[in-house]
Amino acid sequence: MERRGVRRHQRIRSTSISTGLVVLVLVVLALVVTGSPGWPRVRETFFNGEDARAVFPDVLGGFWINVKLFMICEVAILALGLAVALARTARSPWLAPVRVAAVVYTDLFRGIPTILLILMLGFGVPALQLQGLPTDELFWAGVALVLSYGAYVAEVYRAGIDSIHPSQVASAEALGLSHTQALRHVVVPQGVRRVVPPLLNDFVSLQKDTALVSVVAVFDAVFAARDYTAYNFNYTPYVVVACFFIVLTVPLARFTDWLSRRWMERERAGQL
Amino acid sequence: MTTGPAGDGPSQPLLRVSNLRKTYGERVVLDDIDLEVAAHDVICLIGSSGSGKSTLLRCLDLLEDIDDGVIEFEGREVSDPRIDKRAVRQRMGMVFQAYNLFPHLTVLDNITLAPRRVHGVPRAEAEQQAYELLARFGLADHETLHPDRLSGGQQQRVALVRALATKPALLLLDEITAALDPELVGDVLTIVRDLAAEGTTMMLATHEMTFAREVATRVCFLDDGRILESGPPDQVFTDPHEERTRQFLRRVLP
Repeated sequence: MERRGVRRHQRIRSTSISTGLVVLVLVVLALVVTGSPGWPRVRETFFNGEDARAVFPDVLGGFWINVKLFMICEVAILALGLAVALARTARSPWLAPVRVAAVVYTDLFRGIPTILLILMLGFGVPALQLQGLPTDELFWAGVALVLSYGAYVAEVYRAGIDSIHPSQVASAEALGLSHTQALRHVVVPQGVRRVVPPLLNDFVSLQKDTALVSVVAVFDAVFAARDYTAYNFNYTPYVVVACFFIVLTVPLARFTDWLSRRWMERERAGQL
Repeated sequence: MTTGPAGDGPSQPLLRVSNLRKTYGERVVLDDIDLEVAAHDVICLIGSSGSGKSTLLRCLDLLEDIDDGVIEFEGREVSDPRIDKRAVRQRMGMVFQAYNLFPHLTVLDNITLAPRRVHGVPRAEAEQQAYELLARFGLADHETLHPDRLSGGQQQRVALVRALATKPALLLLDEITAALDPELVGDVLTIVRDLAAEGTTMMLATHEMTFAREVATRVCFLDDGRILESGPPDQVFTDPHEERTRQFLRRVLP
């Protein structure tokens, strides 16, 4: 009984210390920022309530484009990434060209900054004036995002596939399954499950990077904000857009944490 | 050095191994292995760890490539690299020491995967057969669980059911009780004993000497990659010819 009391006392003490420290640090930071010589000026140009209200509808409209782009690209990226990862693990000599293509693709597209890809595809491909190809900048900006992220996601998938113990393949093959069947029914389902947390992490990043499409004059949230800024010499819209992105990404980030924790607990439970 | 006479088995053995040799780089892990398995035989491989028991079973299931020698299964040479390994494995079942169940699938899906995907058995029929086998092995009502919810003994029994579900002509068991708690070993051995009584052809690597003596039709003592001695269990266990066998048995027998 006495021990329990002591433990409770220790717990309360450590909670109050951490809460107090967090509040203290926040207060000090706020004082430093608001006490800085340029603060009135910054408040006027970045945190202007009137400008925020004025730009809100435009940013909201533009942000819808970001959300749609994210949703469509995400599906395409998942499919492309898995296809590339599988191509890299293929062993048949007939598939050697596919394997080489997959390696070249990941090396190339992971190496090019996403913003350059968007610029090149968004302006370059429509300029080709090829019959039958869409000339919409938004479309090509989306393709650029898919290509760039597909390379990353392929590597994440591959790590998951490689992490499956060879004994699983051995027992699948001992049952008479072909290499493809072993991949399809045994290796890939387990590998993908293992990499869901890192995949979701990549998608938090993708949500933000949809902002890059503004560089090819797609009227997304950032472009709307820049448009407003250019006319009114006030940077408040950028802060508004930032808030939008935070509202979108924080729940996904929390969900990722929750999911990884739950799976970790489950895997540990299985080992008992 | 070589196995004894093929004995009183039928004229055509189910499995015939001659002169098998397996190396990992410089290291020779199996050498000069000759072996015949007739239908309804129960062959027990005994010997200390690292003597090549598991490797031999893996070679027979074509999970390892062999360097020399011939493996004939059901009258066909299967050690030929051009052979379709899948066709051979469809006629053999293998159970591993570490169960190797598929953790993402339920017990039922673990068992029906091969019958459905490899043997083309319709789902309903495969599941019906799985239920029957599960009930027989004391695992009724476990079919919807995932393997990690089962005890080690239950997992190993599921692995046995999974191997039996494809009705193999030859069952290879690789130290299937070695990873189990002593109190769970009995359940699994009872099943193997029943299978032997039914006439299932089996080849098993084991450290359970009492069990080997009881179920085996022939015992092979492996030492350093060679079958040093082989014969009926009574002869090998009570009157071994080789000094090495005697040493080994003195250490492992109570």
